[in-house]
Amino acid sequence: MGPPDATGRFGDFGGRFVPEALIPACQELEQAFRAAWADPAFHDEFTRVLAEFGGRPTPVTPLERLSTRLGLRIFAKREDLAHTGSHKLNNVVGQALLTRRMGKTRIIAETGAGQHGVATATAAARFGLDCTVFMGEVDTVRQELNVFRMELLGASVVPVRSGSRTLKDAVNEALREWVTCVEDTHYCLGSVMGPHPFPWLVREFQSVIGIEAAAQLRALGVEDPDVVVACVGGGSNAAGVFAGFADGPSRLVGVEARGGSAVTFGAPGVLHGMRSLLLQDDHGQITEAESISAGLDYPGIGPEHAHLAAVGRAEYYPVGDEEVIDALRLLSELEGIIPALETAHAIAWLVREAGQRVPHGATVLVNLSGRGDKDVAQVRQMLREGHD
Amino acid sequence: MTELEARLRAVRQRHHAFVPYQMAGASPRWLDHLDALVAAGADAIEVGLPFSDPMMDGPIIQEAALRALRAGTTLETVAHALAARDLGVPLIAMTYYNVLYHRGLERAATVLRDAGISGAIVPDLPLEELEPWREASAAAGLATVLLVAPSTPPERTARLARASQGFVYATARMAVTGRSEGAGDAPRVVAAIRSAVDTPVYVGIGISTPADTAAAARVADGVIVGSALVAAVLANDDPAGLELAASAFRAALS
Repeated sequence: MGPPDATGRFGDFGGRFVPEALIPACQELEQAFRAAWADPAFHDEFTRVLAEFGGRPTPVTPLERLSTRLGLRIFAKREDLAHTGSHKLNNVVGQALLTRRMGKTRIIAETGAGQHGVATATAAARFGLDCTVFMGEVDTVRQELNVFRMELLGASVVPVRSGSRTLKDAVNEALREWVTCVEDTHYCLGSVMGPHPFPWLVREFQSVIGIEAAAQLRALGVEDPDVVVACVGGGSNAAGVFAGFADGPSRLVGVEARGGSAVTFGAPGVLHGMRSLLLQDDHGQITEAESISAGLDYPGIGPEHAHLAAVGRAEYYPVGDEEVIDALRLLSELEGIIPALETAHAIAWLVREAGQRVPHGATVLVNLSGRGDKDVAQVRQMLREGHD
Repeated sequence: MTELEARLRAVRQRHHAFVPYQMAGASPRWLDHLDALVAAGADAIEVGLPFSDPMMDGPIIQEAALRALRAGTTLETVAHALAARDLGVPLIAMTYYNVLYHRGLERAATVLRDAGISGAIVPDLPLEELEPWREASAAAGLATVLLVAPSTPPERTARLARASQGFVYATARMAVTGRSEGAGDAPRVVAAIRSAVDTPVYVGIGISTPADTAAAARVADGVIVGSALVAAVLANDDPAGLELAASAFRAALS
């Protein structure tokens, strides 16, 4: 997984489709990232903050009882144990350091489930930056505790009432806001999506997941897992874990929510600054993704994933909401880990495909991208309403 | 020189150009609204083609796009309606790239041309990504108008100005449509464009009152008025009211 080409493309996907007003900011960010990523002092500080503040490295845990149940040998990369409860912190620490390097004093962000918003607010507090988070109004209801968390951390949360009032509209609103304040404000995009250089820099900041995991597995005697699996909304945790294994023989699997499965049901198009696979109607209007998981409620996918799918290096599959709830309960009961609903998609795929697309006896690394505390009220509600 | 530029240069011989915007399909009477704009003295009209995710638009035009989409508006319905009516002024389509891209660029350009449209503004299509659309639009005889922002550096301004066809769109503020909080610097943006080309320069984004219009006309060849006139239609779906509102902007240019 190398850098994109000069136009910001991975194969046919990516690019920089933004209004002229934002072009200089994207160019400035690209230059700042190239310089920082080539600077050992930047890497030292990034690594130090992720260790001292973020709790890295996160462990790899053998999931023994689930392995026995499914007839597989499963290891979990525990991003749920990172500070703020998901992999999102890796990216925001990197972008907060870039913000400071560019001399900007404020960050804005979009959020779906609230994990990226909480992580951004956390990094903003840690680095003394002003912070505004845009969140679809529907999501502010689904994830009201995360709204309160962001406010506790000193951020302001703006409910977005346009369009479907979910993640895609929060991205639109953050982009609109960025136009007005680009001079002193960095847009801290939360996934491997958006205009160049975001898909690239977010993947690089998240690659720590895969690089750590590969070394940890080797220490456990696993040279190359047969399958590396992660959930995909925009695709940042998947890109991060894939980055440690893409040069080897492991199969790479991304699991999308059925109602937001851009690879299975989407077509090429241009949205949010990138050319990628998008859910859209016959007239090129973007359709609304639907999922129980606010973090996967996105009608597109990061352009590098679209490329990996096109060239056959990674596989992408949808799973349904029902399978996800079952998987969340299974992991909780067998392993003592309550995963985020997003993460439970990856588990659900393993449960469904053990002995099918994943042969019995296979060694599997699953990226446990986030913990489920934020989701337990919603899950309780769903179970009471008669799921199962 | 494109047909659009020739017509707009002829307008400038008479007076400053007044270019109002309306969203196609936002009201069942949207064609009557275009007539009202012509009656109010529009020299050209920017016709919005709705997109679900209008990144460059504020709440007013977002609402208009939502209404248009709910009413089933598509590239084809707009083209069909416009082809049947001669408004007598140049029409410039304003839309987002995915609407054209999904249709196929050549087909989209042909559909627009056959509808009597002579130019297109695609704000999420920057210079670096322009080539495929430029080829398709040029083959259909459509002008592609480019925007220059207050944040655009001088060297890039010159490249954008040279590549823009019909006129050069100078954005008055760092803002999306209908919002006025971004820093404004229309005189500087217009001067930078004029130092590179003699194509007509129109100012838009952040023109919300007749007074703004008069100020912009001191430096530009014309002004584009969007959200202020869309808001009039959203509030009161009445061509006579729109004509009155538009006339006030026209009068400020004289």
